[in-house]
Amino acid sequence: MNETLQDSALITALIAMLGGAIRVSTPFMFVALGECLTEKSGRINLGLEGSLVLGAMVAYAGSFLTGNPWAGVFFAGCAGLVLGALHGFICKLPRVNDIAIGIAFMSFGTGLAFFFGKPYIQPQAPRLEAIHLGDWTGDPRLAQALEVNPLFFVGVALAVFMWWAFRNTRWGLIVRMTGDSAPAAKAMGVSVDLVRFIATAIGGFMAGIGGAFLSLYYPGSWNQGLSSGQGLMAVALVIFARWGPLRCILAALLFGAAGALGPSLQSVGISQGYYFFNAAPYILTLLIMIASARSKVAAREAPGELSITK
Amino acid sequence: MADMTVQSLSATSLRRRPSIGTLKFAESIFIPVAALLASAALFSVFLLFLGKSPLMFFQLLWVGGFGSGFSLQNTLQRAAPLILTGLAFAVPARIGLTMIGGEGALVLGGLSAAAMAIPLVTAGVPAFLTLPIMAMTAMLAGGMWIGFAGWLRYYRGVNETISSLLLSYIAIATMNFFVEGALRDPASANKPSTMPIGDAYRIGSIPGTEVHWGLAAGLVLAIGLHILMTRTTFGFAARVTGGNARAALAQGLPVGRLIVACTMIAGACAGLAGFYEVAAVHGQANASLVAGYGFTGILVAFLARQVPLAIIPVAVLFGALSAAGGIIQRRMGMPDATVLVLQGLIFVVLLTSETFYGRIAFLQPKRAEDRT
Repeated sequence: MNETLQDSALITALIAMLGGAIRVSTPFMFVALGECLTEKSGRINLGLEGSLVLGAMVAYAGSFLTGNPWAGVFFAGCAGLVLGALHGFICKLPRVNDIAIGIAFMSFGTGLAFFFGKPYIQPQAPRLEAIHLGDWTGDPRLAQALEVNPLFFVGVALAVFMWWAFRNTRWGLIVRMTGDSAPAAKAMGVSVDLVRFIATAIGGFMAGIGGAFLSLYYPGSWNQGLSSGQGLMAVALVIFARWGPLRCILAALLFGAAGALGPSLQSVGISQGYYFFNAAPYILTLLIMIASARSKVAAREAPGELSITK
Repeated sequence: MADMTVQSLSATSLRRRPSIGTLKFAESIFIPVAALLASAALFSVFLLFLGKSPLMFFQLLWVGGFGSGFSLQNTLQRAAPLILTGLAFAVPARIGLTMIGGEGALVLGGLSAAAMAIPLVTAGVPAFLTLPIMAMTAMLAGGMWIGFAGWLRYYRGVNETISSLLLSYIAIATMNFFVEGALRDPASANKPSTMPIGDAYRIGSIPGTEVHWGLAAGLVLAIGLHILMTRTTFGFAARVTGGNARAALAQGLPVGRLIVACTMIAGACAGLAGFYEVAAVHGQANASLVAGYGFTGILVAFLARQVPLAIIPVAVLFGALSAAGGIIQRRMGMPDATVLVLQGLIFVVLLTSETFYGRIAFLQPKRAEDRT
């Protein structure tokens, strides 16, 4: 079968896209799961873009300084956690608008990352190792496409866990209740602010890990142009995934495929319109938002307290 | 609007106290200024942690921003696009929209102005015709761009904050696409750019200064939009919509058209900023257009509490911050992102300060007297 595949540029492009989708989707998945948790609790955090960029920087610096990329991943999560916790804390003050604060954290997190990241642009930090899943195929393209980073599986496991926990655990119920009706949560004796604070902080932790993937695996180095709005697109992605953690995986893969479109076409020699294909994920996001904004299904599943759907 | 409801009250019950309007005004100055000072204090702590001198930082900020004729002009030069992008955020904000697409409208405005210049300059059309056409194109492109986000908001229910930011990314990708491709000047080897418009077509400086005319345009637009938003039926209708869109609909106000109009005005402002960046600063469209003016403009507008007139001094302040960035970088050995950190910090502190409105005792009218 391999002989027939070898010459086909289309197959090459498709395989590159499959590999690209898995690679590119991982940061989307982490940010989207973090945002999903935050939004389920009834608050929106647009500042996850800042957590993502700061996470990417901290992960790279952590990996460089300790020599252990997984330590970097952990530090990145902590950096995201701090930003998320700050967001959660400020938002519980009266009269503070969570969307506006999110924009502020986007610029604050990015600024901090650029400031402290300056010395780490040059040096090489140890990167995360991939798991080679495709070596048995004997096809170098497939083998390369199936080099999957363990973080991808962590993300999938996390999504499954969140899906299960939202349905079957007391904590899941509390988060969903807080998100759907703050008065109901209050009546049940749940501290709405505390739940949202924790949900936002943990959401920030996940976004930080998404950033670690960017700097430690793919593209795999730290520079100022590393993130191009993945954190923000993840917010739209959550709406598209209708606040379902499992659907977040699929949506992330779709976005990953869109993001991999340009590079995989380039791999078969189509470089015309490379910059246009770079815009593909944004255009896709926008189209999805237009399609889902008035959707009745989406409206039914949206957390009732969410300011973005009102 | 608050002033009107409030003035009738003040006559009756409040003796020896400033009127509620004055108090509200004082509050809207006091809290942002306090937020600025608090950010400066926090940033000083940050600097102390890094072993740098805060005193030196603020001294350099003054020297680099206002210290000499040169630095002052540099400041004003940078304030010009900030006024325009600040307006691009403030006008939709008055109608209740958080529109953060100024960066994209600026880039697209600059690109379309530069693209329009290519045939006109090649054909030798005189500058007094070419430049207005370029400006109109830029305003139209920016206006359509943000107007589209406004249209999506009202007619399709798409969240405008996310859509406008996505449109920004699309605008930047579009610029890269054209600048690297169809519109690329073959002579621009290192930095892909469009064809330079040439010195004959460059917008000069305001006489007696080295500040380009974009500053004048910004001032005129800020004053004009201030009048439009506070003294006309249109502005009143827009503010009613911003206060309560349902009430506005119930009153029969054309909410959809108001939203699209406000967002188009906003986009036109940002597009015009892009035109001046091309016609006065860079002379061509390239990646330098993506300088963050659109994002700083959001901060400017927040600090000015979405009041067009107040945007002018705030834009000058942030122009100074950006102008002093270079000297701070050189003299204190700090990365260029220092300014970004300070801006982000101001942003966070400022929005946190929103919580103090109506809660600072000496700025509140005495409620107790009303009850007795």
